Amino acid sequence: MAGRSGVKPLEGERFAELPVRIAALAAVDPGDVLPRPLARKLDRSAQFALIAAREAWADAGFTGPAGEDEKIRPERLGSVIASGIGGVITLLDQYDVLKEKGVRRVSPHTVPMLMPNGPAANVGIEVNAQAGVHTPVSACASGAEAIGYAVEMIRTGRADVVLAGGTEAAIHPLPIAAFANMMAMSKSNDEPEKASRPYDTGRDGFVLGEGAGVVVLESAEHAAARGARVYCEVLGQGLSADAHHIAQPEPTGRGIATAMQNLLDQTDLKPSEVVHLNAHATSTPQGDIAELKALRKVLGDDLDHVAISATKSMTGHLLGGAGGIETVATVLALHHRMAPPTINVEHLDEAVEADIVRDAPRALPEGPIAAINNSFGFGGHNVVLAFRSV
Amino acid sequence: MAATQKEILDGLAEIVNEIAGIPVEDVELEKSFTDDLDVDSLSMVEVVVAAEERFDVKIPDEDVKNLKTVGDATEYILKHQG
Repeated sequence: MAGRSGVKPLEGERFAELPVRIAALAAVDPGDVLPRPLARKLDRSAQFALIAAREAWADAGFTGPAGEDEKIRPERLGSVIASGIGGVITLLDQYDVLKEKGVRRVSPHTVPMLMPNGPAANVGIEVNAQAGVHTPVSACASGAEAIGYAVEMIRTGRADVVLAGGTEAAIHPLPIAAFANMMAMSKSNDEPEKASRPYDTGRDGFVLGEGAGVVVLESAEHAAARGARVYCEVLGQGLSADAHHIAQPEPTGRGIATAMQNLLDQTDLKPSEVVHLNAHATSTPQGDIAELKALRKVLGDDLDHVAISATKSMTGHLLGGAGGIETVATVLALHHRMAPPTINVEHLDEAVEADIVRDAPRALPEGPIAAINNSFGFGGHNVVLAFRSV
Repeated sequence: MAATQKEILDGLAEIVNEIAGIPVEDVELEKSFTDDLDVDSLSMVEVVVAAEERFDVKIPDEDVKNLKTVGDATEYILKHQG
């Protein structure tokens, strides 16, 4: 809400030769938050997820693992935490250990640390979630897909409560080199805080971020029975796939429009009630505009009363974590009726025909309102989530 | 020079402290790695590798399963150290 960028220069020799030397590093090192014996057995992505899950769990009013806290039975609790890449830092670091120190020194924790389902499983163990632990993987849509999956777990009767979200920790020279060679990343090394600039004419790619966003989803009946504080109602999801290119966004936004239309067809969301949208908008020249085209196509004139925020302008792009933290941002925007700002829009791209919340937060209307969170991923995955105020 | 039993115990205590977070004074000869010291089978591999380096000893995988207690490990290292 403060409109501050978290993007900083990447210090150290190992980043020195990279074309991209900026990222939105977490303000707090998760390895310093968790006890050391636990932290050393968790990939950084699982550390983020566990901390976020603990915070969400406590915030939801639970006092311990399922069963121990009698408000939830283990068989009725799930964990769905996604990651785009998994424990890539562990994988690469342990390969260095193998090369430099030999076979015997490779950590026996390597496999559980690098597997993409590690964060979901560790969170599941932490809260004693026995209804099911799942990890959808769809690149930068992963976190949103996890939340959608969790909603379906509850709707189909598999669980009463699910911890859901996304996590990512990939700030390492290899992923940065690889993304940079795809021409996907901003090279604004001289002005880190201005590098992520969705909708600005000078945008030149995304800025890598890291962290996790986790929410507690609960059936309305279960929440009411235990007197839980409810932030909002989840209306559901709209899904689609581009079937176009493995990494390029489909330029007309066809797949995104299909996901939006599916959302409207498959939930009781009405375009007239949508007042806020947390855009995928990663600050790439093509993607930001394709998304807006799709929104206009499906929402028509109703797009004019939607305050659009691109929070990646401040957080950077958390890849598989994005759907998690942006769901948190969307839900809190509804709860506090305040849309977060999009920073760094100095010269609005004239192709933008939508209402972007620029520079400062903006109050949202009173009464029943709804908001949408968009997430799209390499591979052409489109996930659109909708929420309504309570 | 070969380490004494006390030096091995102290060394193992430091290793277990680093890996499992157990206070060094709680790492005693009769303690079971798994039952008393929160060292699961994966962490036990870490303990073994750290002990091998520290005490210049080779502990083959087939011998690790016999090292149930800190005393077992201490005795093994005393006998096999280089």
